[in-house]
Amino acid sequence: MSTEKKSEFAVVLKDVKKSFDGKEFVLKGIDLSIPKGTLAAIIGFSGTGKSVLLKHILGLYQPTSGSVSVLGTPLEMLDSDELTKFRCNYGVLFQSAALFDDMTVLENVCFPLEEHRRSLSKEEVTNVALQKLKMVGLDPKHNNKLPSQISGGMQKRTGLARALALDPEILIYDEPTTGLDPILTEMVDNLILETHRARPGTTSIMVSHDLKAAFRIADYVVMLDAGKVLLSGTADDFYKSENELVRKFVDKGIKH
Amino acid sequence: MSDEAESTTIVQKISGAMDAFFGYFIGSANSFVREVGLVTIFATESTRLLFAKPYRGNEIFKHMEFIGNQSVGIIGLTSVFTGLALSFQVYLGFKLVNAVDLVGPTVAFGISRELGPVLTGLIVAARAGGAMAARLGTMRVNEQMDALDVMGVNTKQYLIAPRLIAAVICMPLLTALFDFMAMVGSWFLCTKLVGLDHAVFMSKISSALEVRHIMEGLFKSAIFGMMFGVICTYQGFNTSGGAKGVGEATNRGVVMSMVSIIILDYFLMNLIRIFYLVTGISGS
Repeated sequence: MSTEKKSEFAVVLKDVKKSFDGKEFVLKGIDLSIPKGTLAAIIGFSGTGKSVLLKHILGLYQPTSGSVSVLGTPLEMLDSDELTKFRCNYGVLFQSAALFDDMTVLENVCFPLEEHRRSLSKEEVTNVALQKLKMVGLDPKHNNKLPSQISGGMQKRTGLARALALDPEILIYDEPTTGLDPILTEMVDNLILETHRARPGTTSIMVSHDLKAAFRIADYVVMLDAGKVLLSGTADDFYKSENELVRKFVDKGIKH
Repeated sequence: MSDEAESTTIVQKISGAMDAFFGYFIGSANSFVREVGLVTIFATESTRLLFAKPYRGNEIFKHMEFIGNQSVGIIGLTSVFTGLALSFQVYLGFKLVNAVDLVGPTVAFGISRELGPVLTGLIVAARAGGAMAARLGTMRVNEQMDALDVMGVNTKQYLIAPRLIAAVICMPLLTALFDFMAMVGSWFLCTKLVGLDHAVFMSKISSALEVRHIMEGLFKSAIFGMMFGVICTYQGFNTSGGAKGVGEATNRGVVMSMVSIIILDYFLMNLIRIFYLVTGISGS
């Protein structure tokens, strides 16, 4: 496999198109480069292809045409076993936190370590997990509870601790605040920002509807529309944009 | 409307109905073949992963506990009553021809070669297979499988392979239990309720039944274990559509497993007969 390990970009998509039925394209030629070390937000209306784009970055979908490179490695060059191993470079916080419901909070965080750090002793794994739980601010009294016994906010914290367990180079947040109340939303946004700042050099990518949060915490914002990148840049670039759709999204997003 | 025009319309209607019928038939056959192909690929890939590292000993034991240990009660209960009911019906039939001494070996043959593996397969497919499909389906719709994927864990190796191994190991053990308990039921009915002689009952069974007859049933049950394991995990693994989808996947998994076990039993029976013919072993 050919790699460009010295790439200054964490993620590079070149003319990525995706069709599931061979007729209609969900992604219609995405060109996108996310610099290493940034906190990037991918925003857009519902149905614009954000989740599909994310699944391409994670290597869960193959593009119909075009290429996806992550940390200098073109994903299409990896076979399924290599791709499985490569995914250790990611940490993902899902919208629902996606905790394993038959494991306790602590076991959930230990799980990726037990899978990928087999040389560590049981005690070392537990210590690393406890450290990650502390980092995301979860009270240790909840460590032995099942996910169903803790609140949504605590589940997000646990999910983030699990995503951080392997110290991944890229942290991905899939709609982290959808469905949460404003107080919890702000808590999760702050948590994302603090986590990003605490891990210099690593890249964070957040997919969100929440424009306010994206502008507040992200260094770099990408707006998708109808399967294409409508605009990418800083929050200022968005405020200055003359594009009607961008204006509409910004106005609506900021008012909310 | 003229007669000619009327007959043309009737022909068109018949033609349209036939098109619709064959279209539906071909469409159904097509999706059946496609589904079988997908299940085969799934089974092949999962079987390949049975021997891949890292070995999942703990997971295998966990699923064996669920499939095997937790099924002991229900298998024990149903098998005793199966033995009782079957023996009574056989007794009534054989009494008409004065052959009640053969109740024991007849029931023993029926239980060890057919009813034991088939009923155990049906019960365990309904209990454990349904639970497997529901559990995996829930993991799919709750993004837990996506979480495993992006964590760099091979979901088939972690979730499917241990369940298949556990099902294949547990089914013969449960079938052996079923056979034994059903014969206990049969013995109780024959010797305690209808008054057959204990020594005759036992000697007729031991002179007719051979170890290979029991092994036939155990072999079939291992195949049934693989069968319902693959079907139910496939349905759960490919669930979509939220809670409704989980319910549908569970239902499909259980129904398909049960139907497959009964159909497969017939073909395995014939296969075993052919094996006996080819190897020159008496097939009785």
